[in-house]
This record gives sequence, structure tokens and C-alpha cells, in this order.
Amino acid sequence: MVPVRRGLERTEAGCGLRGQQVASPDKVDPIHQFAINKIVDLNIGGFDVSFTNSSLFMVVTVVLTSAFLYFATSSRAVVPSRMQSVAEMSYEFIANMLRDAAGKQGMRFFPLVFSLFMFVLVANLLGMFPYFFTVTSHIIVTFCLAMIVILTVIGYGLYKHGLHFFNLFVPSGVPAILLPLVVAIEVISFLSRPISLSVRLFANMLAGHITLKVFSGFVVSLSAFGIGGMAGAVLPLGMAVALTGLEFLVSFLQAYVFAVLTCMYLNDAIHPGH
Amino acid sequence: MFVTEAYGQETAPAAESGYGAEGGAAPADAAYAGTEVPGEGGGAAFPPFDTSTFPSQILWLAITFGIFYIFLKKVIVPRLGAILDVRETRIAQDIEQATKMKADADAAVAAYEQELAEARGNANTIGQQARDNAKAEAETKRKSIEADLEQKLADAEARVAKIKEAAMQDVGSIAEETASAIVSALGGNSAKGDVSAAVKSVRS
Repeated sequence: MVPVRRGLERTEAGCGLRGQQVASPDKVDPIHQFAINKIVDLNIGGFDVSFTNSSLFMVVTVVLTSAFLYFATSSRAVVPSRMQSVAEMSYEFIANMLRDAAGKQGMRFFPLVFSLFMFVLVANLLGMFPYFFTVTSHIIVTFCLAMIVILTVIGYGLYKHGLHFFNLFVPSGVPAILLPLVVAIEVISFLSRPISLSVRLFANMLAGHITLKVFSGFVVSLSAFGIGGMAGAVLPLGMAVALTGLEFLVSFLQAYVFAVLTCMYLNDAIHPGH
Repeated sequence: MFVTEAYGQETAPAAESGYGAEGGAAPADAAYAGTEVPGEGGGAAFPPFDTSTFPSQILWLAITFGIFYIFLKKVIVPRLGAILDVRETRIAQDIEQATKMKADADAAVAAYEQELAEARGNANTIGQQARDNAKAEAETKRKSIEADLEQKLADAEARVAKIKEAAMQDVGSIAEETASAIVSALGGNSAKGDVSAAVKSVRS
């Protein structure tokens, strides 16, 4: 009961200070987990590029994944250990995916697809830890990752095929009358790719974490009402547990979808003719 | 970008103040708490759409992901590729070797079978030969023994005949003697010539 009272006092203080309705920190705020906090202030060329909790978790993601892949494969055993098996499985998973989608030539993009998949996967999974920040729950991060893919597609397509790359927008076998319409549709669908790619990942992570937080919040608020509330809290608690499992699935699935779509878009750069 | 930019510009001032206040601990919570209901009046900043944090996120993503990409490209991918290649070639080699060994074993078995068949054939001919030889030898031996026996039989017959002749001769003289003895006993005086003539006539 003590924390609640303190929270109420704080709320009153907040009201006095800001002159508006302010929630107490004890109240569950599903958005708070996405807040970005500065750790080290940095300002370059008028841009605020502080080292934040988001940056910290990017570093953690990269260091953790790199260290795992490095030490798992350091023995280079012909008969792999468990760790090495995991590293090999992730390698072959992406290699097969890329080979199926983009053919043998697509393998030149393997490091890109592999690093994108591992980065997104590990960032998503790290976000599942309580109090951890989810890097991929911010649209700008997923949008930048999507732009890396699209710019690679456009850059390589133009470099490899020149202006023939734009055949991508002109499907063969379409009647001349329909051609402007079809080309317009193709262009729009191409331009919407980075948006759909980034929003899909961002929205999934964001929505999942909010839902999880809301259900966990129900548990806390209901428990505050005594025995009856605690009994009632069992339902949202079960939901929270189920959602946690679902979120782990979504974490993997979204990384997988991101990698698959990357492979398909890269295929367009390699073979622009439909 | 389109959506977020528009939204971000709209909420930029409020967002900036919110972001700036996040540095602290307790006051930050209070200041931040106004965003509990995002979109209410547009005065609150929803963190993912807070454009003031974008430069920092873009820069740090570029740095971390760039390093990650280079590390994977230069170290991990070649290494994992090499591990898998080595394994693949090793397995292929082993299979090839096994196939070769199997072929060798098959050839050895075939050679053995061939040799066995040959040996069996040889043994048969040798046996046959030995049997034939033995048979022939036995035949000749038998023949010579038979001839020998025939010779002996003939000799024996001749001897018997001779002995019989001699015996018959003796029988004549014995009979003459007996006859002359009988004649003299009867009181006759017999001439030797008569007696022998009589014996001869009886015998013939």
C-alpha cells in the first residue's frame, strides 16, 4: 500500500507543478518502455547524436551476436559443437533462403542478408527481456534497415543492368492500353516496399510490447484490489504468459520475414525482367 | 518517412521538451507522463515518432550495423563458409574413398570366386586324371597278373600231365610186376615179355 500512497502524493505534486493530469510512475504506462534516454550527451554539427539507451542496445546486439558467432566458430570443428551447430544453422538457413529466392548470383549479398537477419533477430529477442529496450520498436531504425535494402537493390540494379533495370516496372505481355496503368502500379508498389518493410517490423514489435505491457498492467492493478482482484488477475496473467510465448514467435518471424523480403527484392535487382 | 516526418513536425516542440527532460530520473517521469494518452490534442510525443531522437538513432545504427556488417563479411562468413566447405569436401572424399574401397572389395571377392572356380576345376581334372591313371594301372596290373596266372596254370597243367604220364608209366611196370608175381604164385612160369604184352593190352 505504501508505494501507492507515495504515488498519489507524487501525482498531486505533479498536478501542482504542471497544472494538468499527470500519471504516477506506479501506474502502468505501456508507452514508457519505448522512451529514449540519453546516456552520454553528444552534439555534432547541430544534430543531437547522444549515446542513448537505444544506442546502447544496438551496441549490445552487435557485440553479443558478433561474440557468439566468433566464439562458436573459433574451433572450426568438422564435427560441430552445439554452439557451432547453431551458428551453422543460421548460416545455412539464410544461405538456402537467398539461394532459393535470388539464385546463385544472389549469394554475393549473403553477408548483407545474414547481418540484417541476425541484427533484427537478436534485437527483437533482446527486447523480450524485462527492462530491456527494443531497438526495432522505433520506426526510424527499421526504416533505415529497409532503406539499406532498397538502396542496395536500386544501386546494384542500375550498376548491373543500367537503364534495363527499369524493365522491372514494365511487365512483358501487357496490352499497350493498360501499360501506363500497370507501370504506375508497379512504381507505386516498388516505392511502398521500404515503407511496408519497415512498418511491418516496427508495428509488430511495438504492438506486441504494448499488448504485453497492458496485460501485465492489468495484473498489477487488479492485484491492488485485494483477494478478489488477485483471483481476477489470473486471467490477464495467463494472457501475459501466452503473449510472451507469442512475442518470441513474432520476434523470430519478423526477422525471418524481413530476410525473406530482402531476398526477394534483391532478386529483382539481379533479374529485373519478370 | 513520409508519415513520420509530418507527424514529427507537428509534434516537434512538445517532443523536444519531452526528450530533453528525459535525461533526469524522477522529474523525467513526471514530465513524460503527459504522453500517456498519445495523440490527445497532439501535444504529446510518442517516442517512436519523436524526430528529435532520429539523428542519434540513425548515426548509432549506422555505426553499429556498419561494424557488424563488416565484421560478419570479413570474419564470420568466410569462416563459416570454410567450415561448411571443409565438411562438404571431407564427406565427399570419405564417400569417394568408401566407394573405391567397396569396389576394391568387390573386385577381390570376384577374383577369389574366379580362383576358387579355377581351383575347383583343376581339382576335378586332377582327380579325374588320377582316377583314370589308377584305373589304367590297375587294368594293366590285373592283365599282367592274369597272364601270369594263366602261364602258371598252363605250367601246372603240363606238370600234372607229365606226372600223370610218369605215374601211368609206373602203373604199367607195377602191373607187370604184380602180374608176374601173381603168375609165379599160381605156379606158372611166365615169360617177362608175355606179361608186359598182356598188361599193355589191358591198359590200352
